[in-house]
Amino acid sequence: MSIGTTTLKIDGIEVTVPEGTTILNAAKANGINIPTLCYLEGLTPWGGCRICMVEIHGTPKLFPACATPVNTGMEVITQSEKLREYRKMVVQLLLSERTHVCSVCVANNACELQKLADELGVDHVMFERNWTSQEIDSTHKSLVIDRNRCILCTRCIRVCDEIEGVHILDLKNRGKDSQIIIDLDQKWGDSDYCTSCGKCAKVCPVGAIYVESEALSETKDKHIAEFILSRRNR
Amino acid sequence: MKPADIQKIAEHEVDFQRAYKHRINVCTSSGCVPFGALKVLKAFEEAVKEFGVEKECKVARTGCVGTCSVGPAVIIEPGDYLYQSVTPEKVREIVRDHIVLGLPMKENLYSNEAFFTKQQRIVLKNAGKIDPHRVEDYIAMGGYSALVKCITRMTPQGVIEEVKDSGLRGRGGAGFPTGQKWSLVARAHGSPKYIVANLDEGDPGVFANRTLAEADPHSIIEGMVIAAYAVGAEKGYIYIRAEYPLAIQTLKLALEQARVLTLLGDNILETGLKFNIELRFGAGAFVAGEETAILASVEGRRANPRPRPPYPANSGLWGKPTLIQNVETLANIPNIVHYGGEWFAKYGTPRCTGTKCFSLTGKINNPGLIEVPMGITLREVVFDIGGGIPDGRKFKAVLVGGPSGGCLPETLLDLPIDYEALTRVGAIMGSGGIVVIDDQSCMVDTAKFFTDFCVEESCGRCNPCRAGLARVKEIFDGITKGEGKMEDITTLEKSSGYIKEASLCGLGQTAPNPVVTTLRYFREEYVEHVVEKKCRAGRCFKNLNSEANKQ
Repeated sequence: MSIGTTTLKIDGIEVTVPEGTTILNAAKANGINIPTLCYLEGLTPWGGCRICMVEIHGTPKLFPACATPVNTGMEVITQSEKLREYRKMVVQLLLSERTHVCSVCVANNACELQKLADELGVDHVMFERNWTSQEIDSTHKSLVIDRNRCILCTRCIRVCDEIEGVHILDLKNRGKDSQIIIDLDQKWGDSDYCTSCGKCAKVCPVGAIYVESEALSETKDKHIAEFILSRRNR
Repeated sequence: MKPADIQKIAEHEVDFQRAYKHRINVCTSSGCVPFGALKVLKAFEEAVKEFGVEKECKVARTGCVGTCSVGPAVIIEPGDYLYQSVTPEKVREIVRDHIVLGLPMKENLYSNEAFFTKQQRIVLKNAGKIDPHRVEDYIAMGGYSALVKCITRMTPQGVIEEVKDSGLRGRGGAGFPTGQKWSLVARAHGSPKYIVANLDEGDPGVFANRTLAEADPHSIIEGMVIAAYAVGAEKGYIYIRAEYPLAIQTLKLALEQARVLTLLGDNILETGLKFNIELRFGAGAFVAGEETAILASVEGRRANPRPRPPYPANSGLWGKPTLIQNVETLANIPNIVHYGGEWFAKYGTPRCTGTKCFSLTGKINNPGLIEVPMGITLREVVFDIGGGIPDGRKFKAVLVGGPSGGCLPETLLDLPIDYEALTRVGAIMGSGGIVVIDDQSCMVDTAKFFTDFCVEESCGRCNPCRAGLARVKEIFDGITKGEGKMEDITTLEKSSGYIKEASLCGLGQTAPNPVVTTLRYFREEYVEHVVEKKCRAGRCFKNLNSEANKQ
């Protein structure tokens, strides 16, 4: 069975991609850049951060490019005044939600949120900053989780579940109280099942999960999931 | 059991009921039980024996008639005499006067004629008339005859066409055309196919689905089996909140009865049709009523919504085609099949046919459950059926659509209730909650209350709903404490727009509605709060005043 192709327009440019491709990948394949944050190549799209929102001509709704498959004849707009405003809003809300102080963060200069703020021109936060004092767990021999820096992108949960196949990480509570937990909300050091593979730290876009006394620029490997999958499928 | 046997049961039951001259229906739904309805039921059973009329007078439990503020409600047939606020002490008098002497006790009868005259009961036609614990009662009222008609005389495609002709739209709130949804699922590739009936009624002050399940559980089951026949589904789930113990008990019993009569099972009425229903209980999350979250929850996962597409019609439960319908939608189905789509389309407006159940609450004389034709005006609902505002207070606003609905002012009272009209003015049909607000309430405080609810109920998956609503709540906290600035109003507007457009699911997309509509229609109250630190209803700045008093 051959897979068909789909032709659509992105920012006015006609592109042809394999059927079922996401808008994000279709754009990427044609050199069009859509900012992403919770999305990571190789993991199931989460569609939570909303930074990759795009407009689709003919519908008033906005769609996450990472999770929306292309359709024939679709006209996608990836850059507009509204999208720019809303993307700035995403970054501002993330910065205001928990304690984000770049100067004292392990991820300073290696942080995807910081980079996005810079690219989008977020020079101030219109909301009151929320200084959280959530638990920092450093009981593991090398991995540390600082929940005050977490942006709940769930990349760590997905990489632990889908790539490492262990699923020791998950969420507890809901809404603004959501927290990443280890096993059944235990201390990381007490986890019997954590394989200490460190993939969670490699994919964390901010400084929430890191390897103790290692610069995050060294720990980080955004392509780990994609790389492992490509080796597996060989 | 063969299809023809249903007719036999109906005839037998009708004969059985005819043997009684009177029927006393005691409402034993969740609204009346706390007022002592079960004691009243027992008192009636004893009283008819005491007067020796048990042979001519049947005492039965029944579901809600809708007049929840004057429970326990008792209906005596023939004549539909509705007694209000019946106590066990009054029961003897009622039996003596009404049954034995034939003199209805006028002073104890419900007197608000208008409450019923403007209603149109299709979904709730059996509520208050049948014993929800007896399948024979339902069958005697014509129940399951629509199913028999489907499986003996109609093709699945024919059923779908009938539903399309009816113009029925999803009663869960979004108003998607039901017939179209059924065709999508029927055409979808994949097997088995599933049906999920949504009874996760999480809105505060809304009780329409609960009442339906407690009063007429078989109408939901029949609707599901017909849907299963039409779309080719093998398995159904009723997803119900665990906070509805009486509805769960009633549904469990009804499912068991349906299985015994082979109305459910591997060989329905010996026609080879296979369909089973299981109950699934919600753990109290509002968001679990969202259609993709409900799927996750039925599968046993955390009730997080997910992005669509893929739509559940193509990829629902365990990746299989799944039909998700609100139970009110499903309960309409037997009527549509029985009387025809054209009959149904006569009710309501051309674009929004049929009726809708509303839970009428707040500052209103006749709170309760109502079913009205689409297109009725808010004024008729609030002032005619609802009887207006109590204690001589003044009407201020009406919140339509539950916690994520819109607060509409007096100038919009003549708005006809339909999906499009409500959306245009910033409200939604939603779960059918109507809360009437009088001049003792502050609109800023009201918007804050519903924002607080949505902040608590946000699942946390997407940023606008999780972080955005939390910031909106903080701004409200500031304004109602006397720390508001004029920029706050702009920030509220900006962030509401962002949350509405950028959120992943319906919860986030509608959560700012109370904020947006109060800003649109009651802006002066916001300005008063911010500039003059004044709350005309005296609801806000409480802590501020008490501190000032201390000093």
